Amino acid sequence: MSATTEAPDTTTAAKPKLKTSAMIASFADPGQKTASAPFGHALVKAAQENDKIVGLTADLGKYTDMHIFAQAFPERFFQMGMAEQLLFGAAAGLAETGLVPFASTYSVFAARRAYDFLCLDAAEPNLNVNIVGGLPGLTTGYGPSHQATEDMAIFRGMPNLTIVDPCDSIDIEQAVPQLAASAGPTYLRLLRGNVPTVLDEYDYTFELGKAKVLRGGNDVVFVSSGLMTMRALQAAKALAEHNVDVAVVHTPTIKPFDAETVLAEINTDRLAVTLENHSVVGGLFETVASAVVTAGLGKRVVPVALPDEFLDAGALPTLHDRYGLTVQRIVAKVLAELG
Amino acid sequence: MTAVNEASPQELQATTLPPKERMTQETAAERLERVSAAAYRIRHHALNMGEVQGQGYVGQALGAADMLAVVYADQLRFRAKDPHWEQRDRFLLSTGHYAIGHYAALAEAGILPVEELETYGSDDSRLPMSGMSTYTPGMEISGGSLGHGLTIAVGMALGLRHQDSDARIYNFLSDGELDEGSTWEAAMGAHHHQLGNLTAMVDINALQADGKTDTVLRTEPITGKWEAAGWYTQRVDGNDVAALLAAFDNAAAQAATSGSPSVVLCDTKVGRGVPLLEEREKAHFMRIEEHEWQICREQLTAGYEGKASA
Repeated sequence: MSATTEAPDTTTAAKPKLKTSAMIASFADPGQKTASAPFGHALVKAAQENDKIVGLTADLGKYTDMHIFAQAFPERFFQMGMAEQLLFGAAAGLAETGLVPFASTYSVFAARRAYDFLCLDAAEPNLNVNIVGGLPGLTTGYGPSHQATEDMAIFRGMPNLTIVDPCDSIDIEQAVPQLAASAGPTYLRLLRGNVPTVLDEYDYTFELGKAKVLRGGNDVVFVSSGLMTMRALQAAKALAEHNVDVAVVHTPTIKPFDAETVLAEINTDRLAVTLENHSVVGGLFETVASAVVTAGLGKRVVPVALPDEFLDAGALPTLHDRYGLTVQRIVAKVLAELG
Repeated sequence: MTAVNEASPQELQATTLPPKERMTQETAAERLERVSAAAYRIRHHALNMGEVQGQGYVGQALGAADMLAVVYADQLRFRAKDPHWEQRDRFLLSTGHYAIGHYAALAEAGILPVEELETYGSDDSRLPMSGMSTYTPGMEISGGSLGHGLTIAVGMALGLRHQDSDARIYNFLSDGELDEGSTWEAAMGAHHHQLGNLTAMVDINALQADGKTDTVLRTEPITGKWEAAGWYTQRVDGNDVAALLAAFDNAAAQAATSGSPSVVLCDTKVGRGVPLLEEREKAHFMRIEEHEWQICREQLTAGYEGKASA
C-alpha cells in the first residue's frame, strides 16, 4: 500500500452494477406466487391446537421465522442465546417433561455444531424434539460457514431421526403439524421468508414418510426433494418444448425413505434423474442409489446435486447456475443424457 | 431388559419427601446419622459391584457417596416404585461413568433391588457401565458424553416451571466436565432464565482421565466462575455429610426466596472411606487386586463403625 497525496477520483462514471450476495436470498422467481413465513404461521396454528408445543431458538428467531411464534406465544417461546449445544440439550429436557419443542437455528449449526447433543439427548431416547434448520444446502451466498451442503449426509446416519426436505409453502404448512404429531425427533430443512407456493397446482398433500408422483411422463423420471422439486417441475415444462416427456416424483421425506413409491417409478426404461439442493455425497442421490442396489435393480441414476466441494460465496442466482441447480442447467443435462 | 413393576397401588404411591415437606421430629444428629448410614451402604454396594466386575469406577463412587446419600436419603422427592411419577424431583447424572455410585444410591433409595446390583456391567443387565436412561429405572438421562447434563437440566427446569410443577432438578457434574463449553452455555442459560428450581452439584475430585485436573486443563478458580455466571454458589467438603446437608438446605432456602439457580461445589477425595484406596496413586480407572476387595470392605466398615461410635 503506497501512500498517495492525490485527490480521490470523484467522477461519477457509471460502474456496472454488481450482483451481490445476501444472507437470506429468496430463490423465488420474479412474479412467482409466494407465502410469507409459512413455517412461523404453521407453528402458530399447530400451537393453537396443541398446548404442548413450545418454540426455542439460538439467537436466530428473526431469521428462521420463529419470531412469528414468539410474538403469538411469548410465554411458550424460549430464547437460548447463541448457544446451540444448550439449544438442543434444553429442547431434549423440555421434551422429557412432556412438551413438544421446535428448536430453530441454521442448518450448519444444528448439523455440525450440535450433533452430539441431538444424537444422545434427543435421538437415543427417541424424544419429540423438532429441529428446524435454516439455510439448507445452497440457499445463501455467504460461503461454507453458512451453506449446509452436507446436512442430510450428517443427519441420515442418526437413528430414529425423521428428515424432511420441503419444496414450498404448501409442504411446510402441512408438514409442521405432522412433525409435532410424530413421536420421535425430526429435522426440517427450513425455507423461510417469502417462500414459493408451487404444489397447489397439483393434486398433492404432504404425508410424512410418503413420496408422491406429481406428474407422469414417458421419457424421463425426476426424483426430487426440497426446492429442487420446484425446479424439476419447471424443467419438465421446459423439456416438453423439446418433446421430452418428464415425470416428477417428489420425496420430501428423506428418512424414512419411501423406497416403494420411488423404485416403482425408477424401475422403467425411462432416464432416471435425482435432483437435490445438497451435496452429491450422502443425500437424496445416495438414498435412491442405495434403494436401487438393495432391490437388485441394474439401473443407472443421474444426479443433479451440488459438487463434493466447499462452494463459492456470491449471489445466489450466480451460484445456482454455477453448480447446476437452475432450470437451464437441468434441461441441458437431460438433453445431453438423452443424446 | 424387562422392567416388571408389580408394586401394589399403596407401594406405587409411597413417597419420599425432601426435608421441608417431611413432618418429622428427627434431630440434627439423627438426620446426620441416617444419611451417613446411607452413604456407608452406598459405598458397600459400590465395592460389591466393583468386585463382580473386577474393575470399575470404584474410586469415584466412594468419593461421591456422601453427595449421593444426601440427595437420595434426604433431598429428593420421589416414589421408589413409580420412578416416572410426574411430580418427582429429577436427578440427572451427567457423568455416565459414575453410574456405579448412582446404581448403589438407587438401590439404597429402593428404586432398584439390591440383588440386581451384581449384574453391573454384564450382558443384558439394566445397569450398564455408563448410565443410560433407556436401561435403568430412575436414570433420567444418558450421560457419558460429558457436558450434556446441565443443558438438559435447563430444558427440564424450564419445562417443569412452564407447566407449574414445583419439582426440582438436580444435576450431578464433575470438575473435569467443567472443561466442556456446553456446561457454561447452560450455566448462562440457567441464570438468564432465572431457574431457581435447578441445583447443580459438582464433584471436585481434582482428577480426570489423563491425570490431575490442574495438569490437564486448569478449571480453578471454580467458585469465582459460578459466581460470575450468576449462580448462588457454595463450596464445601464433599465428604462432610453435615456440611453437605447445610449447603443443600441453604440452596433450597435460596431457591424459595430468589430466582437464582444454585450450585454446591463439593471437594471430594477419590476412594474416600477406604484407606487402602485413598492412599493409592489416584487414577481415573482404579486397579484393585482380587484379594483386596475384602480388605476394602473391612476397612470401610471399621472406619464407619469407628466414626459412628466416636
